Amino acid sequence: MDLHTEPLVLNMGPSHPATHGTVRFLLKMDGEKVLHCETEIGYLHRGFEKQCEAGTWTQVFPYTDRLNYNSAIQNNVAYALAVEKLLGITGQIPERSTAIRTIMCELSRMADHYTNLGASMLELGALTAFLYFVEARELTWDIIESVCGARLTSNYVRVGGLSTDLPEGFAAHVKEVFPVNRVFWSEFDKLLTKNRIFLDRMRDTGGISEENAIAYGFTGPCLRACGVEYDVRKANPYLLYDQVDFDIPVGFTGDNFDRYLVRMEEINQSMRIIEQLIDKMPGGPVNIDNPAVRNPSKEAVKGRMESMIFHFKNTIEGIQVPAGEAYVPTEGSNGEVGFYLVSSGGGKPLKCRVRPPCFALTQAMGEMVQGAFLSDIIPTFDMINLIGGECDR
Amino acid sequence: MFDYTYLPEPNMVPYLVETMAKIIFIFSMNMGVFAPLLGWVERKQSALMQDRIGANRADIFGFTLFGLVHVMTDALKLLTKEDFIPRGADRTLHYLAPFIAVAPALVAFAVIPFGGQYNLWGHKANMVIADLDVGILFVFAVASISTYGSVIAGWASNNNWSLLGGIRVGAQMLSYEVAMGLTLVGIFMVYGSLRLTDIGVAQENFFHWGIFLQPLGFFLFITCALAENKRTPFDIPEAESEIVAGYFTEYSGLKFAMFWMAEFLEMVTISAVLVALFFGGWQVPFVSHAMLADLFGFLGRDWAQVATMLVHVMVFWGKVLFWIFILMLIRWSLPRFRYDQVMNLGWKIILPLALVNIFITALVMLWVK
Amino acid sequence: MAELREQVQRKFGDAVLTTHAEHGDQTVIIRKDAVLEVMRWMRDEPSMLFNFMMDLTAVDYKGIKPPVWRFEVVYHLYSLKHNHRIRVKVPVADDSPSIDSIVSIWKGADWFEREVWDMYGIAFKGHPNLKRILLYEEFEGHPLRKDYPIKKRQPLIGPDN
Repeated sequence: MDLHTEPLVLNMGPSHPATHGTVRFLLKMDGEKVLHCETEIGYLHRGFEKQCEAGTWTQVFPYTDRLNYNSAIQNNVAYALAVEKLLGITGQIPERSTAIRTIMCELSRMADHYTNLGASMLELGALTAFLYFVEARELTWDIIESVCGARLTSNYVRVGGLSTDLPEGFAAHVKEVFPVNRVFWSEFDKLLTKNRIFLDRMRDTGGISEENAIAYGFTGPCLRACGVEYDVRKANPYLLYDQVDFDIPVGFTGDNFDRYLVRMEEINQSMRIIEQLIDKMPGGPVNIDNPAVRNPSKEAVKGRMESMIFHFKNTIEGIQVPAGEAYVPTEGSNGEVGFYLVSSGGGKPLKCRVRPPCFALTQAMGEMVQGAFLSDIIPTFDMINLIGGECDR
Repeated sequence: MFDYTYLPEPNMVPYLVETMAKIIFIFSMNMGVFAPLLGWVERKQSALMQDRIGANRADIFGFTLFGLVHVMTDALKLLTKEDFIPRGADRTLHYLAPFIAVAPALVAFAVIPFGGQYNLWGHKANMVIADLDVGILFVFAVASISTYGSVIAGWASNNNWSLLGGIRVGAQMLSYEVAMGLTLVGIFMVYGSLRLTDIGVAQENFFHWGIFLQPLGFFLFITCALAENKRTPFDIPEAESEIVAGYFTEYSGLKFAMFWMAEFLEMVTISAVLVALFFGGWQVPFVSHAMLADLFGFLGRDWAQVATMLVHVMVFWGKVLFWIFILMLIRWSLPRFRYDQVMNLGWKIILPLALVNIFITALVMLWVK
Repeated sequence: MAELREQVQRKFGDAVLTTHAEHGDQTVIIRKDAVLEVMRWMRDEPSMLFNFMMDLTAVDYKGIKPPVWRFEVVYHLYSLKHNHRIRVKVPVADDSPSIDSIVSIWKGADWFEREVWDMYGIAFKGHPNLKRILLYEEFEGHPLRKDYPIKKRQPLIGPDN
């Protein structure tokens, strides 16, 4: 006798504990097996590009904070680099500013990886591991907060410089926090890396082949987990990445466990980069000495006519960027964050496009979980680290 | 074979009084102490493990009682919350399910001895509500009924997530019921009885505790027990990140509280069974019943027995608390399994090991004889 | 060795409208009907080997460039082997804009093309599943076009409310 069966259609998200309200999987299930998974995004679409086109070049910075909000400073930096490229002032940025940008980028990367790994553990049911990660992240965020006054939405970088210099005792703060962070790191390692249940959940799940990953446009830790050594910091060095010594961890299998290992090692490498830079921090100003690009200091604005005029013009009309276009790739925590800016000359961008790394990653979700178990969606989805703000913009 | 020793005496009154007292004691321990307090213990213990403070905000006139007031506020909230039944749900079964889930956890306690047997003023007091000679089988039989509660809840909710949860419960319970039964065969062989009081008496000698006689059986049993309890790492039927909340997704208010309570009560039952079978029951290590009675000899013969009884009962609950602590420790340390991994563990690892355990036990017993 | 843009120009001659290397970014601007041919060649040609389709977007030049050039579809390609990048731009006319889909060359282009369709209303011929991605199906218009007012609101209210 042939029993009539039909697949169970399951609507996973956007209101589902694992999808964070930002994505929806339309699943066709055969029991616990996923026959087909259709991914739908856009629940957090806020019209990033349209808003950018309406404001001045400087007013875009707060919007970039809200792309990948776990590593906001990286987006700030990427955008600033793109505008500076359009302005043709890339070489004139003070050394100190570049060094601080590099340090802050790496701090953000650490915070992002902590958040991502922690949240994955939470969704695998290990709440304790999650809170350990969060504690390490809080320490990292404390440093970021001491620099720019905010934990997430930093709004720290400016075209041609930074909003403020580093606070007093920054190096000491970092040197005090890093040993603690290393202890936490080894605790995660002990708690997870050799944990049989964790291994079973992560190994051989959500894998993707090297060719497929490239065809889908994977970048960042997910691509490196497949064994492709592509990191913008090495391939197209920006900031000070060509002057510091660091390694790029690369996986073998491209499964969730390798993605986890790559991220864990990247945290270490980020600490290494920061420690190298903090010892040879150059002095001097953090802002470019060009009042048409970076506002003069408040004292000057209040005391000198020209500075006052520049301040007024920069605020009301925006920085004047000559017509042209530029694309700057940077290595975000999730992969390549590239800003493609088009200017028609004037104070507002004609086009402000960000290449969202997790957009390309999310696209492959359907293929990565095809034929897997329902439970495998969870670690896979966590490891591609979909950030709604970045994916939907 | 039924043991006639404990049949009612001609005078029914002391017997009835004793039984009622025991039922009230167990009921109040479970419903009055464990069900509400374990919520608090769980919060505080997880907080301790995770470098947090834990619940400490609710207060009465400024007294927070280490967060204990939260227990009251929880109860108040759950009692006053809207009881929601989704459209298309089977109302009768939706109502019935939580009761089916919570009752067995309480009933199972009937056969678990929380003390020995004491001769008080000529009345033989036995610290177990129903001293069945098939004691542990009764526990299994009743515990498997609670599975129906979860399965029915999953089915009656008219929700795909609940249904998936219900299916997972069914599969998991079925697999582990079999394995759990087999892990205990070794214990029955060693002690030669299914009656839990007999097993308790046999563990008077510290080195005859189940954990020493059946080490493998102990580890297999605790794994199965964790799986039966449906808590992390075996919480796949209610894995919140996968299937929302599994079979009780559509439950709220008091009915949700009953599932919640069932989980805690099951934890108490499991700890009690663990203690009764592997951890010497009510026995104090290295101190026999007679020694304890001698120690309290200055109180007179009957009062010495009363004192011994109190010590034993306290020791029993102390051991139960210890095991609850261990279970929570495991629950807050590990990530959860995947559905197929749980099945693999149950059928391909625990079941064969349980059979091996039976075989080895038989060999050793033959050897000793 | 000739610059990338010159190599492309030499190979395709007519199909390449113009090239530039503003700010050091290699850029070729090609004719719409040559997209598939050029892209496939760029992916497979040993001296090119652009195996990554990094980014795909469009720009609306309304009022800046003549109407036949209103839109430009912009591709950013990257080659892992040679570690070089190129930008390919394709002008698309204003009336019912459309262009060939490159999903057959890089399957990662799928969502990027859907996004451009969603935001600019540029149809991709041969796309397997061309529908809105960030916005909902009922949305009217394409918000990143310059003639879509920034203050316009289109709240989606469900049928039951």
